[in-house]
Amino acid sequence: MSLLSVRDLTVKFAMRDETVTALNGISFDVAKGERLGIVGESGAGKSITGFSLMNLISRPGYVDRGEILLDGEDVVKMNDKRLRQLRGDKMAMIFQDPMVTLNPVLTIGQQMIETLLAHRKLSREEARQIAIVKLREVYIPSPEDRLDQYPHELSGGMRQRIIIAIALLLDPELIIADEPTTALDVTIQADIMELLLELCQSNKVGLILITHDLGVVSQMTERTLVMYAGRIIEAGRTREIINDPQHPYTQGLINALPQQTLPGHKLRQIPGNMPSLTNIPPGCPFNPRCEYATDLCRSKLPEVIQYGEVQVACHEVERLHAEGARQEQNA
Amino acid sequence: MKDMNAQTPLVEIKGLEKRFDLDQGFLETLKFRNGRLTRETRAVHAVNNVTLDVNRGEALCVVGESGCGKSTVARLVAGLLTPTSGEIHYDGSRIDNRSRAEMQPLRKKIQMIFQNPYASLNPRMTIRQALEEPVKHHFPSFSAAEVRDKVTEVMMSVGVDPSWAKRYPHEFSGGQRQRIAIARALTVDPEFIIADEPISALDVSIQAQVLNLMLEAKESRGLTYLFITHDLSVVEHFGTRVAVLYLGAVCEVADTATLFSNPKHPYTRALLSAVPQLKDDRPNHIRLKGEIPTPINMPQGCPFQSRCAFANNRCRSEPPKAIHQPDGSLVACHAVEEHRLDEDAIGA
Repeated sequence: MSLLSVRDLTVKFAMRDETVTALNGISFDVAKGERLGIVGESGAGKSITGFSLMNLISRPGYVDRGEILLDGEDVVKMNDKRLRQLRGDKMAMIFQDPMVTLNPVLTIGQQMIETLLAHRKLSREEARQIAIVKLREVYIPSPEDRLDQYPHELSGGMRQRIIIAIALLLDPELIIADEPTTALDVTIQADIMELLLELCQSNKVGLILITHDLGVVSQMTERTLVMYAGRIIEAGRTREIINDPQHPYTQGLINALPQQTLPGHKLRQIPGNMPSLTNIPPGCPFNPRCEYATDLCRSKLPEVIQYGEVQVACHEVERLHAEGARQEQNA
Repeated sequence: MKDMNAQTPLVEIKGLEKRFDLDQGFLETLKFRNGRLTRETRAVHAVNNVTLDVNRGEALCVVGESGCGKSTVARLVAGLLTPTSGEIHYDGSRIDNRSRAEMQPLRKKIQMIFQNPYASLNPRMTIRQALEEPVKHHFPSFSAAEVRDKVTEVMMSVGVDPSWAKRYPHEFSGGQRQRIAIARALTVDPEFIIADEPISALDVSIQAQVLNLMLEAKESRGLTYLFITHDLSVVEHFGTRVAVLYLGAVCEVADTATLFSNPKHPYTRALLSAVPQLKDDRPNHIRLKGEIPTPINMPQGCPFQSRCAFANNRCRSEPPKAIHQPDGSLVACHAVEEHRLDEDAIGA
């Protein structure tokens, strides 16, 4: 059985005049120790997915239907007490901005020990020792001294490493990382990603990595979901999706990257913008930006179908594939 | 490069330095040292002895991590900040010591595009007002109809429908706002554009749209760009030359193709290896020790020595000079100069 199983998850936000659907019937699984990437642009619903897994959606948002089964237990229906037990213990979350995630008025040690004591029957000294071990695991130099420092005394990369150490404190089975390195420099990002990968592999921890960066997904994950306007439009093994994307949006996203075009040439851009959630076009949400759209695409929402190795939600995937093959032959 | 040397560069930056004082009031400067009251001032050394040329028609990219002084360089060149020392020449004449009034004619030639299109457009002005303002200011002889035509023409060229001119900035998405910000820079027919991270606030598919627009404007208007970014894949695509900055100092300047195929400075190599690649499963990531030191307590010698695997005693005491390499690049590194790196990672 998979560690996490999301079925038909739909999240809505009740605004003043109308109710918008931020997540629309998404389903996916994460096996024990598996690393899953969720990619998409802003407004695609990837962060909402992460938040709802931890049951952190608060008013005016609510889970309209669907279930989130963590080891068979539905997170959506859990009471607060059970949620508190699970958060941190079974699944932990790493947020985007390390500057605001840590409490500025508590020392690193207080924050780590507090977490341990809330979940485990330990003495303060035992908790302190565990904290030191975890800080060492994330390559924090002289961890004994760091415990008595405040977050503002540390750099961004160091803070994000401490946040990872806190996420790992209780040996969770699943880590949800929402753009963990977007606020950091590339050299620091590379360090943090390498560390996260190493820790997930050695401790057999599952990882859900939410990011807009296809390069990061390609290097970190085994499977990938591509989201657009609150839906999953393509899912499959990361290799397949990067090397042979089927959905026109995924293709566009990959082709738009500067490294996919010869320097100085025009980039292959996707026209238009992601629709706002209050104004999603009928039919396939991508159809106004899609060069292959037909009348069917403009009227009927495509189902997710198995196509070769991947799942894809596109009416025209077979035609696209045939055309792609023909173009390759001509070239 | 060779035929470029015949003409003078459009912009010459010579020994540019910028310090920001941290302790400004008299009381802030008072410190107790060994039981005695002394006065000392601390300063952020944002830009340290930067010498760079921007040639006509090129897109010079300045890359580096946060805090390396790349935005400060952009603001100094644009005349938004005054340098502590050093000179900036534009088209042969010195501009860093000019008064506001003397700068005015140049403001038409030098335009700037900022990072955040949500903050760079006045929320209380319609798009038409925002775009007409610079035209009216710089072309006082234009009639109202001429101003209007000019604005309409530029809006069309950046792909913003002129019928949207009555709207306010909040009615547009980030990508459209950045197009409007570019339009605003283009309305006065500039020759030199300074773009400070113009696409980093935008989504991937929108980044491509804006980059294409900037490339088109470069072709059709013969623009010269100073392009500030942290994104190396954008540099490889957009830049004709690249300057790598670290802690306010230039490490390496080279043609884009040369820099990417044969990076020489240890920092450039680490930076290139850190970019997540799409199709490469096992990157040879060069791990750097530690993080960028603060520019308040500048290290002696080479600014990069605290994180460099090749640092020796000379690196710790003597700042390296930029030296021309056989392939035309400029590299400031003792290890490169002494050929200490050759047997190591170059082949990798």
